This record gives sequence, C-alpha cells and structure tokens, in this order.
Amino acid sequence: MSFAIAGYSLHPVLPELVLAVGTLVLLLVGAFRGERSTTLVGALALVLLVVTGVLVATLPAGRLVTFGGSFIVDDYARFLKILALIASAVTLLMSADYLGQRRIFEYVVLVLLSTIGMMVLISAGDLISLYLGLEMMSFALYVVAASNRDNLKSTESGLKYYVLGSLSSGMLLYGASLIYGFTGTVEFAGIAVAAREAGIGLIFGLVFLLAGLCFKVSAVPFHMWTPDVYEGAPTPVTAFFASAPKVAAMAIFVRVVLTAFPDVTLQWQQIVVFVSIASMALGSVAAIGQRNIKRMLAYSSIGHMGFALVGLAAGTAEGAQGVVLYLSIYVAMTLGSFAVILAMKRKGLATEEISDFAGLSRTNPVLAFFFAMLMFSLAGIPPLAGFFAKFYVFLAAIKAGLFTLSVIGVVTSVVGAFYYLNIVKVMYFDQPVGAVDPVRVELRTVLAVSGIFNILFFAYPGPLVSAATAAAKSLF
Amino acid sequence: MTIGLGHYLAVGACLFTLGILGIFINRKNVIIILMSIEMILLSANVNLVAFSAFLGDIVGQIYALLVLTVAAAEAAIGLAILVVFFRNRGSIAVEDVNVMKG
Repeated sequence: MSFAIAGYSLHPVLPELVLAVGTLVLLLVGAFRGERSTTLVGALALVLLVVTGVLVATLPAGRLVTFGGSFIVDDYARFLKILALIASAVTLLMSADYLGQRRIFEYVVLVLLSTIGMMVLISAGDLISLYLGLEMMSFALYVVAASNRDNLKSTESGLKYYVLGSLSSGMLLYGASLIYGFTGTVEFAGIAVAAREAGIGLIFGLVFLLAGLCFKVSAVPFHMWTPDVYEGAPTPVTAFFASAPKVAAMAIFVRVVLTAFPDVTLQWQQIVVFVSIASMALGSVAAIGQRNIKRMLAYSSIGHMGFALVGLAAGTAEGAQGVVLYLSIYVAMTLGSFAVILAMKRKGLATEEISDFAGLSRTNPVLAFFFAMLMFSLAGIPPLAGFFAKFYVFLAAIKAGLFTLSVIGVVTSVVGAFYYLNIVKVMYFDQPVGAVDPVRVELRTVLAVSGIFNILFFAYPGPLVSAATAAAKSLF
Repeated sequence: MTIGLGHYLAVGACLFTLGILGIFINRKNVIIILMSIEMILLSANVNLVAFSAFLGDIVGQIYALLVLTVAAAEAAIGLAILVVFFRNRGSIAVEDVNVMKG
C-alpha cells in the first residue's frame, strides 16, 4: 500500500527527519535522566550529526524536489548541509568543557534544533520554507546565546540578539509578503519567471528581503548586534554563531538572489556591492581598536562576510563557487581560532583579552604557532587557505567586470591584516603573562585538523574546489 | 468607495512603520519592543491575506497561518529571555541593557 503523491516524496527530507526525531529523543533522555545525562546527550548528539551527514551524502545524485517545490536537494544543498553539520558537530565537541561545568543538556538539544533549521533553510525552495527554516534556526540561537542564565552578559546578549533578530525577520517577512503579492507565487522558480517585468513593488520586497538576510549574515549596515552578542555569549556559543548559522544564512542568500531574481541582476547587484564594500571596510577598520578577542573576531567575521559577498556580487556560477569555497575555508579558520580562545585558560579561568596572549610563544609554543598561522590565514596571506578563499571570489568579481569592488576589497584586506598581525606580534614579542593550562584533547584535535587544512589546502585543493564547482553549477 | 487592495496594503505599511518606529523611538520598556515586533509580523500577515484574496491564491493564507504560529513561538522566547535578563539585572528598562556597548 502506498500513499505516494507526485512531488511529495519523503525521501529527500530523510536526513532532516532523522535529525528531528533524534533531537526529540535526546530531549526526552535529558528530561528523564536530568542533568547527569549531559555528557551522554552530548555524545549521542555527535553520533546523530554524523549519521545525518552520512544520510545527506548518500541521497540519490541529481536534483530532488519535494513538497511541491518547497524543498530542494541539489549538489549546492548537499555541500552546504554537510558543511553546516560539520560546523555544528565541531562546536558541540568544543563545548565539552562548558557542558561538563554547566551541566545543561538543553544546550545540546538547542544546537541540534538550530541545525535542523539550517538544513531546512539551505534546502528552501520557496519563501515559506525560507521563513520557517530561518526562524527555526534563529529561535534556538536566541536561547543558546542566553544559555548561561546566571550571567548578566550572556542574558543581555541573548536579549539584544532576540530584539534585533526578530526585527530583521519581520523585515524579511514583510519583503516576502510584497514579493508574493507582486509576483503571485512564493516559489523561487515562479518568482524568477514573474520578476522579468520587475515593478516597483517587487523591488521594495527585494530590498526588505535582502535587509533581513544581511542581518543574518551580519553584513553592514545590519551588523550592530554582532560584537555585543559575540562578546556576551559563552565562548563555545560564539564559536557556533560564527560558523554554522553564517553558512546557512549565506547559502540561502546566494540561492534566493541567483535562483529567484536572475533577471533583475541590476537591482540586487547594487545592494550587494554596497553591503559588501561597507562590510569589508568596517570589518577591517573597527577591529583595530578592540581589546577583547571575541569582539575582534566579531568584526573579523563581518569583514569576511563582506568578502564572501564579493563572489555573490559577480552573479555568475564562478562567483557562487567562490562563495561556497569561501564559506568552507572561513569555517575551518574560525573554528580553529575559537579552539585556541577556548584553550586560553589560566588556573581554570577563561581569558578573553588580547593582552592575555602576550608571550604565548614562550609559555605554549605549539598553541602560539597554530594561532599565528590561523591569523595569517584570516588575513589572507599565501600559501594559507585564507588566501585562496579571497583569490576565488576576487577572480570571479574581476571576470564579471567589478574592478572597483575588487580593488576596494584588496585594499581593505591589507588594512585588516594589521590587527591579525598585531596578535602575532603580541604572542611573539611581548613579555609572557603566565603559563596557560594544559589544552584539552578535543580542542587539540580541532586545532590540529583546522591547522593542517589551512596549511595543506594549497597542495591539494582539487576535491574541495571540484565539489564547490559542482555545487555552484547546480544553482544555474 | 469600495475597499481595494491598496487600502489593505496601506494598513499593512502603517502597521509596519509603527512597529519599526516603536522599536527605535521607544526608550523606556523592552515589553513595548516585543509588542512592536508582533505588530511588524501582523503587518506582513495583513499583506499576505490581502494579496491572497486579491490574487485568488490560497498560498498566502497558508503562509499567514504559519506566520501566526511562528509569532506565538517568538513571543514566548522573547518573554523567557526577558525574564532571565530581569533576574540578573533587576530592570527591563531599555537604557539598562547596556553592559556591553555596541
């Protein structure tokens, strides 16, 4: 007996279903066994994420569409889902210490719920699944930001994130309602057809939609929340914010713009170019004065999203490939950097000031070497992976004729190198301020993998680049 | 005078503008911000339902129903975060949300 309806197969959503059911089971395990189960729930969550990743990778090849076009699984979705799953799993791994101290299994469940939201978001094929995925991801993030609930900074960052995040989803929704009204459909493919004769109403909707998405990727002028939330949230949570949600939000940004508005390029390209330039400029200048390392990385991530948007501004398959590669390399660099920040503990207390890194090369040379290397990579110095990330997006921009944008991008990247190199200087030339606690094994593993990826990417870029090319092609 | 699509859209736009102004001009209470956020979501709902009726397409109304459930969840989460913030800070005045300067 079969209840199959054409276009409504459940097979493409199998990974999401497994993850959702598994998350609910973990919630029950946590609820029944209480806080003792935190470690168990955390370990099972890692297994669940790996299983989901395998399921995503083993879905039949090609483009699968279900729920009447609301949910699309193509190479693009597969690549970015696996990236988001890796980022979530690595963050959970790095949270082991925090979970051991605070004993909150809800944290794990919320990270998983947010990951389901990201997967729906990455696969979204219409405005409804876009909105639902985005909200599912964001709601869980608001709560994890405030998860250290006895801490004023953590709750304040949760409140700020909630207010500004809800405002941006409201703008996105208002934009979506206008787009629906002026095109008569919510599906991206249908919008692309109807948008050929773009009216003023549609452009209004597009602007609101892009404003909402810019907020989620923390691009200027919607970046105000980023430094405060990054500083206030517990460090493992910040590592999560900087990696997986950025991947998902950027993924849907690219998909919406390229698949729903391919014929109104002129309109969105102006916006993306402006946002990209503003983000790169602010990200490189505002980070210079920061003393808190998490705040500095917040500005750094604003800048990096600006660089990723350079690829989108090109509006070509090559540009999309650049964005996908940029996101992969950005995740690797960011997670490595946060592994170092999490490892910087003295007598069991976390240190977050840049001055705390003084003389690290003498107290813990290995940690200092890896962090210096990650800083060089974030600054985009060859032959590290960060250079190639920028190389691919600028190459696409130049081929698309965006010379001004590329020149501004390279200049801001040079300005931005100042504060990355400043940290290297603090670690290698300043007086040591005391020994660092031994680094936990999971942080060492994350750091080693991220470090090896960053150093050796140039020697063996083939698999990642060809996967990114296939992913970008599936959008066109 | 018959009520046309334009009138509904004008109501939606007014609600949306009031919601945005409510967030940025209000300097007193975070609860008012939560109410403003609800108003923004409802303005989008007015638009969706008006367009749905105008286009003769049911999808807009389905969208509006989903938005209603999301708005409920959003309000619940907002109030919960506000409660933990109040426990730590002892105040929900907007000017007291200032430990970090961003």
